This record gives sequence, C-alpha cells and structure tokens, in this order.
Amino acid sequence: MATTPLKRRNALVGWSFILPNFAGFAALTLAPVIVLFYVAFTSWNVFGKARWTGTANFIRMWHDASFWTALTNTLYYTSLHIPLTLSASLGLALLLNRSLRGVAFFRTAAFFPYITSMVALTYVWNMLFSPDYGPINSFLRFIGIANPPGWTTSADWSMPAVIFVGTWREMGYYMLLFLAGLQTIPAQLYEAARVDGANPWQRFLFVTLPGLRHTTFFVVVIMTIGSFKVFDLILLMTEGGPGQSTLVLSQYIYQKGFVENQFGYASAVSIVLFAICCLVTIFQYFVNRRWND
Amino acid sequence: MKRNTAGRVLLYAGLIIAAAALLLPFYWMVSSSLKANNDVFTIPLKWVPDTFMWRNYGDIFAKSGMTTWLTNTLTLSVTVTLLQVLTGSFAAYGFSKVRFRGRNVLFLAYIATIAVPWQSYMIPQFILMSKLHLSNTLFSIIALQAFGAFGVFLMKQFYETIPEELSEAARLDGLSEYGIYWRIILPLSKPAIASLSLLTFVSTWNDYLGPLIYLRKPDLWTVQLGLRTFISQYNAEYALIMAGSVLSVLPIAIVFLFGQRYFVEGITSTGLKG
Repeated sequence: MATTPLKRRNALVGWSFILPNFAGFAALTLAPVIVLFYVAFTSWNVFGKARWTGTANFIRMWHDASFWTALTNTLYYTSLHIPLTLSASLGLALLLNRSLRGVAFFRTAAFFPYITSMVALTYVWNMLFSPDYGPINSFLRFIGIANPPGWTTSADWSMPAVIFVGTWREMGYYMLLFLAGLQTIPAQLYEAARVDGANPWQRFLFVTLPGLRHTTFFVVVIMTIGSFKVFDLILLMTEGGPGQSTLVLSQYIYQKGFVENQFGYASAVSIVLFAICCLVTIFQYFVNRRWND
Repeated sequence: MKRNTAGRVLLYAGLIIAAAALLLPFYWMVSSSLKANNDVFTIPLKWVPDTFMWRNYGDIFAKSGMTTWLTNTLTLSVTVTLLQVLTGSFAAYGFSKVRFRGRNVLFLAYIATIAVPWQSYMIPQFILMSKLHLSNTLFSIIALQAFGAFGVFLMKQFYETIPEELSEAARLDGLSEYGIYWRIILPLSKPAIASLSLLTFVSTWNDYLGPLIYLRKPDLWTVQLGLRTFISQYNAEYALIMAGSVLSVLPIAIVFLFGQRYFVEGITSTGLKG
C-alpha cells in the first residue's frame, strides 16, 4: 500500500495534536512501566547502583512472610469491600432513581465523601471510632453492648473499620454509575412486567438486574482494581497496623521502596500488583468482546 | 392513595437516615472545629459547641504553615488543570477527528494504562524523576498529574458525540484542522471541559501520595501533606486539627456546590477515575 501525500499529511497533523500530551505520558507513564520490568530484576538501592540479580527478588518474595500477609490482607479487603460497596451503591441508586422532592440534594450528599480529602476524612473517622470516648462506641454502649470493639486499635477489628470507611467514601461514586445504568432500562419493560402481574421484587429480579448487567460488570471491574491498589486510606487510617493486621500490597511497596530504599525488591512486589490488575483488565476485555458479538 | 402516602413517608425516612449517615462525619468535623479542645470528646456528646471558638481558625494559621500549604496547593491544582485540559483536549482531537495509521493502537496504549495502578510504577517513576533532578520541586507534581490518559479519554468520549458533518463542512470551507479544533470543536465542548477541569482540580487538590513521595521540603508541602504532619505533631489538638480539616475541604465543597452537574456528567460519561 503506497502512502499517499494526503495520508502522510494526515498522520503529521494527527501526531501534532497528540504529541504535547503524549510526550508527557510516554515519559511519565510508559517509560516507568517499562523500566519497572528491569528494576525488578536488580538490587537497586538509594544510591542508584543497579546490579542485575536475576530472579533473586522474586525468590526472596516467595519466602517473605510479610509479603504474603500483605497479599492476604489485600484479598481480605477486596472480598468484603466489593460486595458491601456494590449493594450499598445499588441500594442508594434504586432509592434515588425517582422524581421526589429533595432527591437531587440526596444524590449530592451521597457523592460528596468521594471528593473530600482522605487526610481529613480518615482523621474524623478515627475520632468517631475512638474506642473509649468515640461516639460510635458510646452509641454501642448505649444500646447495651458492654464491650464494643477496639476498631483501629484492635488487630481483629481494624480491617472491618477500614473497609467500612472505604465503602462509605466510595458508594456515592458507584451510585452515580448505577443511576446512569438505570436510565437506560426502557420504562416499557417495567410496564409490561406490571401488566403480567410481577410484584416489585420480581420486577427488580427480572427487569432491573438483567438491565444493569453491563453496568454491574463494569463497576465490579473498577472496584476490583480499586481494591487491589487501596493505599492512602490504609496509610492514613491505620498505617497498616496494629501489627500487620491491615498491611496491604501497595503499602508494602511503599514501605520497601520509599522507607527502606530497596527499589529493586519493591519493584518485584510492584510486578505482582501490576499482574493482578492486568489479569482483571484482560478478563474484562474478553467478556466485553463476547457481549458485543 | 393512602398506601401511597405511607410508602412515601417510609421512603423519606430511608432517605433521611441514609443522608444522616453520609453527612454525620462532616457535621462532626465542623462542630468539633468550633469547640474548645476539651469539649471534643465528652460523654454525653455535645452536638452543638457551648461557645463557638472561632479563634481555632486563627490559631491554625498562626501555629502551622497553612498559608504556604494553601498557596502551594492552589498553584498546583490550577496549573495541572490548565495543562490537562489543554493537552488532553488537543490530543483527543487527534484521536477522534484525524484519521491516520497507528491511531487506534496508540489509543489502546492510553486506555490500557488507565487500568494500571500508579502504585505499581511509582518506584521506577521516582527513579526517573530523581535522575532528572525533579524530585523536591513543585514541578514534579505538575508533571505527574498533568498528562494523564484520563483527560484524553474524557474529551474523546465527548468529541465522538459531535457529528462529523460539522468538521466536514468546515474543511470544505477551507478551515485547517487546528482551526476546526479551536473555532468549532472547543467551543462546543464547554460542558466536557468543565467536567474535566473540576475532576482534575479536585483530584490534584486532594492528592496525598504524590506530594508525600515527591515534596519533602516543608515549604513545598500541600495542604494534605501539611495537615498530616500537623496531626502527627499535635495529635491531641483535636479542635485545631478539625479546623485545619475544614479548611482543606472547604474549597472543594464550594467548587462542588457550583459545579455538581459537571461532576456527575464527567463521571457517568467515563466511569473512570480513582
């Protein structure tokens, strides 16, 4: 295929549009991703001397109990955070998907936590969760629970507390996606179901849920990636503690890389996070392709 | 009719409980910021401060680098937003309105990186930035945030809804591609630009990890980083910390109040952020 002058001109014009953004994108995102796969096979410390060590970092990781704790905790966070946030955001969307006075205000209220500073929010929640004087435990004692949990000071309850705050913060965001999904379900379907004598629960089960199939799948995919990379919430709320009870993968990378200056080893752990998110994305790609056929 | 009213009452009750649960932490933040420090944790709880301690807000400015932090954060947020909107909308035009070879593959590379968490490549990125002697400068955060794939994606989504005939007609009238971008497409995409600006502004304002890694010098700190340090230094000054928190959230609340519509449109049209 010969390149015509017009095609060449188009390519030139096209690139000229893309280049200002692409230059920054290539230098700051693409290049680091490629370099990651080199650094992970070296012992790179803060003085910037890289020595090729082959798979040593990965072997070390395999025997590193803290790494496995971080991975297990990340899975723990993910496995609770997803179903909780999914049901909370879908519930909110169903509640708010009608023309009632004040609904617009509620939608706004639900979304606001998502765009407020994590530093401020986690501190407020730590105060609310405060074991001795915090309002949450005061309330629990008031309703008759003599020994309420220690929340972020207890190894068993710190993760649930963190998951709760994560859900509280994000549900308004996913609610918006569900609201948009609900708008695409034709009203006639609900009419027809009603004529056929379906009760509200059946209408939800056989009209709403199938109609939200694509939205739900999409939401689950972003939530999965979001949960695997969870970081600032944990760093600010518990710093991974008490002990290692809330240590997650991203934080472990940060810890090894920026606190202990073991760039090589931290990069090897990064590759695990990278691989998990890639797998999720590839899975999403194939499911979407199947649906679009 | 009667059943309907009962249902309505129930619905409102549900809504009010949900809203209270959502907003309670914010109420706690504001009311604690106006209390005397000893009154923050009391049993039973005081929902309204005895006396309103407005001086907490003066004290936080006096006791911390709040002025510097706010100035830095504002500088960063505005610069990043401008750059992201400019380069993002420009690149999106290339991806959506100019046909050339390799375009789709390139776009796929963009999209793929949206799904790759920053946490997984922050280490090599930091190494590269340090080699370029960019760490510990405000510029590092600008570079980090301004060229994201997100803006390109959001703008492209919007451009696709603008009919191709419009650009065709302009081409026949002899307008260059740059002319079409500047005079036709850009003016039509005001809502998308508003969405992108607000989302970028807010995420730069709230960013904690980028500044944590790159901005080590106290005179470069952002409000998030500064507040966090203040918390670790004065961790029993609850009321002051809450005043600082209110200050860090207030600008976002104001931006949000005026631009809610654009936030919602931006999020539902891309479904990606965070």
